Amino acid sequence: MIKSKVDEEDYWHSSKFKAFTFDDEDDELSRLKESRQAVNNIRRLVEEDDDEDDVEKVSWSGEPVGSISWSVKETAASSQRADREPAFPKISTVTPSISRSQSGYSLSSLFKGEDGHMTQIDRSLIMTLCKEVLFRELESRQTALRHFIHYLSETQNQRLLLELHRALGRAEDAALLQYKEHLSITDENKRRDFLKNCLSLPFSAEDLAHVQDHYTLLERQIIIEVTDRQAERGGKVEIFQKFPRKALILNMPLITTLYYCCFYHYAEPEGTFSSPLNIRQTFKISEKQYFVTALAARAKLKAWLDVDALFASRNWLGFTRKKSPLSFQRVVDILQKNSAPTHVLQDYVALVDDGELRLTLAQKHKCHNIVINTYRDMKDRQLLLGYRGKVVRGSVEERKIDDLLSNPQIRWKN
Amino acid sequence: MAHSARRDSPELPDFSILKRLARDQLIYLLEQQHEVDKLYKVEHKPVISTSDQLCFLIRPRIQTVKWICDVVNADKVPGKSRRYKIIFTPQKFYACEAVLEEQGIFGDVTIDEWPFYLLPLDDDIISLELPEFFQDNFLAGDQRWVRTAGSALHLLYSLYGPFSKVYGIGRCSKMAYESWREQVEEGEQKARQAEIGNVFLIDRDVDFVTPLCSQVVYEGLVDDIFRIKCGCVEFGPDVTSSDKSVKVMLNSQDKVFSEIRNEHFSNVFGFLSQKARNLQTAYDKRRGMDIKQMKAFVSEELKGLKQEHRLLSLHIGASESIMKKKTKQDFQELLKTEHLLLEGFEIRECISYIEEHINRQVSMVESLRLLCLLSITENGLLPKDYRSLKAQYLQSYGVDHLLTFSNLRQLGLLVEQQPGETLTVMESKVGKLVNDKTAGKLTDAFSSLAKKSNFRALSRKLNLVPKMDEEYDLRVPRDMAYIFSGAYIPLSCKLIEQVLERDGWMGLEEVTRLLNGHEFAVTVDSKGKNDTQRIILVMFLGGCTYSEISALRFLGREKGYKFIVVTTAITNSSRLLEALLGNHV
Repeated sequence: MIKSKVDEEDYWHSSKFKAFTFDDEDDELSRLKESRQAVNNIRRLVEEDDDEDDVEKVSWSGEPVGSISWSVKETAASSQRADREPAFPKISTVTPSISRSQSGYSLSSLFKGEDGHMTQIDRSLIMTLCKEVLFRELESRQTALRHFIHYLSETQNQRLLLELHRALGRAEDAALLQYKEHLSITDENKRRDFLKNCLSLPFSAEDLAHVQDHYTLLERQIIIEVTDRQAERGGKVEIFQKFPRKALILNMPLITTLYYCCFYHYAEPEGTFSSPLNIRQTFKISEKQYFVTALAARAKLKAWLDVDALFASRNWLGFTRKKSPLSFQRVVDILQKNSAPTHVLQDYVALVDDGELRLTLAQKHKCHNIVINTYRDMKDRQLLLGYRGKVVRGSVEERKIDDLLSNPQIRWKN
Repeated sequence: MAHSARRDSPELPDFSILKRLARDQLIYLLEQQHEVDKLYKVEHKPVISTSDQLCFLIRPRIQTVKWICDVVNADKVPGKSRRYKIIFTPQKFYACEAVLEEQGIFGDVTIDEWPFYLLPLDDDIISLELPEFFQDNFLAGDQRWVRTAGSALHLLYSLYGPFSKVYGIGRCSKMAYESWREQVEEGEQKARQAEIGNVFLIDRDVDFVTPLCSQVVYEGLVDDIFRIKCGCVEFGPDVTSSDKSVKVMLNSQDKVFSEIRNEHFSNVFGFLSQKARNLQTAYDKRRGMDIKQMKAFVSEELKGLKQEHRLLSLHIGASESIMKKKTKQDFQELLKTEHLLLEGFEIRECISYIEEHINRQVSMVESLRLLCLLSITENGLLPKDYRSLKAQYLQSYGVDHLLTFSNLRQLGLLVEQQPGETLTVMESKVGKLVNDKTAGKLTDAFSSLAKKSNFRALSRKLNLVPKMDEEYDLRVPRDMAYIFSGAYIPLSCKLIEQVLERDGWMGLEEVTRLLNGHEFAVTVDSKGKNDTQRIILVMFLGGCTYSEISALRFLGREKGYKFIVVTTAITNSSRLLEALLGNHV
């Protein structure tokens, strides 16, 4: 399809594709000439000289015993240079010499190159080398190995990279590399199957457990997604109508999934895949983590009774008292971020242990009763009087303050 | 408000020549050599054009080269014939050429190089604009950029040298020095008047703690929140109080910015309000002016006042935005945790805080940052803590972060303590029960039994965590710790201070041992003039933060030095960690 010139001009000149043209105001030829001279001088200094194969490049392996220098030639060249008076000092260090095995020499030259990078010609030679030999040589050359690995990952040569890791006994690196491929699989069912296969990879025991969870989670998410999409489309399930889903639950982290289920599937019995309690049990989520997530979700829905129920606990005498794996201060924080009304916040502020902190929070969130009661308990008339100005005129709180102030039985300290 | 420098501080060299040179090189390359007349930004999308030549000016990145191969091969399908040119900057890598060959287009392209090394971001900041330096060198262990660093140093040497002394620490620094030395020997040495005295090279991995701390100096905060790119920042509608965004250059040309950039944030509001008041007074002058005075006012002063007004409202808007964001994030509590980690107190509480941060899914990068800070200050996590926090992190942010954890472990940023190092826990437990002095003595007693935490030991040796006997006055900072509210003197800058003071590493043997050595000090040219000796070029290999730049400026003012910061890129905790995330393709 041939675009017309006009179309092309439009394309290039539309706001997205703005060109930069060289409208250089001070484009004086003389200055350019001068600069060009400088340019040429600098270019000479920094240009790479392709034919200077024998100029040895830096070789700070810095590695302890067993480290290497690049090649025999290099060692020879460095002794050559020691004869010439150096312009300024080399840094004195110990450069261990390599063992000059015959095969080592010729192969070594393959790994030499500018900045430790392999030259073009050498690279193709390397690729024709028997992999066994290549990998064996790389093993003893840490820097060359790192460069090679980096090159393979940049060019996305997964296959060879995996073989290399395996040959070097780096089982876990190979496992992680293979696992990483799941990121390129967009279809969730294919990804799930791929993750299942990953379970046979040589992960550490700990990491294997994580990958297992990943697989189990995705399997579950696929089921939930199908069911919920149907419910949404059906139009009959209220919560999906009131709070339409903003994204698919597929490939979300575990806690996000838990939040989602606490939001949309809170009351479900433990047997279903989308029941938060089921998720908690399957993935062994800690009490604190579950609490934090459920609290946030129910607070978002302004389901204050559910929030309250999270705290209930019976002690052995049959009394219920509020217990929280999270500090009450943090609880108040989460509730406030979800726009909890004052009467709800008040209940939890009241449970903050630290008196000073409780007072500060009460003042911050306008929990008047708590402030008033605290001042009353402190028998501080002045503070109470001062606070009167902060409550709404004619309110219940104002009347309460007035009642307290006029109560003859209270022995005010000021 | 910017504290006045000592009267005997030397002048900085003029770096605008670097810009001119680079630009002239580029213009020459594009116009004369390759006949380019329009520039477009590379966007990794198919290219539609009827030009008979396409020229690509790129960094030597494999992904970009692959995209070019796709473009060329796409042209071949309908049989289109064009000329293709690739200009690599600052240099090509053989890996790129190998890709061209593999894709079968090596013969179709002409390759050139634009040796652009240094971009002056300000009077005293020069960047190589190579953020990939960090992950390539430190994560992948790839030394491809060493020569580039050497070349950059060499360019500075040829324009502003000769240098008197070169100090350094770190493996990469050593290699860069060597590369530069070779390049000097290969080239000619022209006699010239030195404008830079001493050079200090430092690897980023010598000090990971500093870039992981939250920044609280103004420029650092702006970078952390708004992301400064190449000395430019984009302020959105919430800052400009309009519906438009605005892009501004942040450097010493901005008179308002230059006075607040190094200040601790607590001082900024006060300064800006005072300036606003002064501005109002200046404006009000025009009441009661006659025509002649008014004319003079308009022609001479008004433009400047308007400019100042514009800048002032911008920075006030930015400060307000910063305040709002940080209050929302409970910044105070976050800083408290960081300070505790730096001091080594209440570590269990810190771990609880981090755990909650992860549980609440506050921020993927922030949670990671805190974990890394915990790990490097404590010389690794206890195995049970490592397992538990890793599991919770993966639960909150995704199991794909297994790859992230692998990268961090490789770099030493987030590791498990090896057996024998659990002493630190004991130390901190005991430390809680007794006061500072006794804890120190107990620590010494234990030291023979096991390997100590390097950061803690370094911190003690170099007094990085100042004693908090009195209130630390941030308005009149007494040392570099002000950049972190008085809690911590950046290790990198402290090293620089000490080495300059001692003219070398004498007396710092224990410190260098704790930093794994690779330190050096070399006299290059002993004929250096005294004045020039106090102009010091500090080169960060792997990135440098605005906080460190502010700290060095402070040090300079104190000691009568002028520091020029050269960095492979400006960095901060987000950029550092984002380069190490493994959860993307």
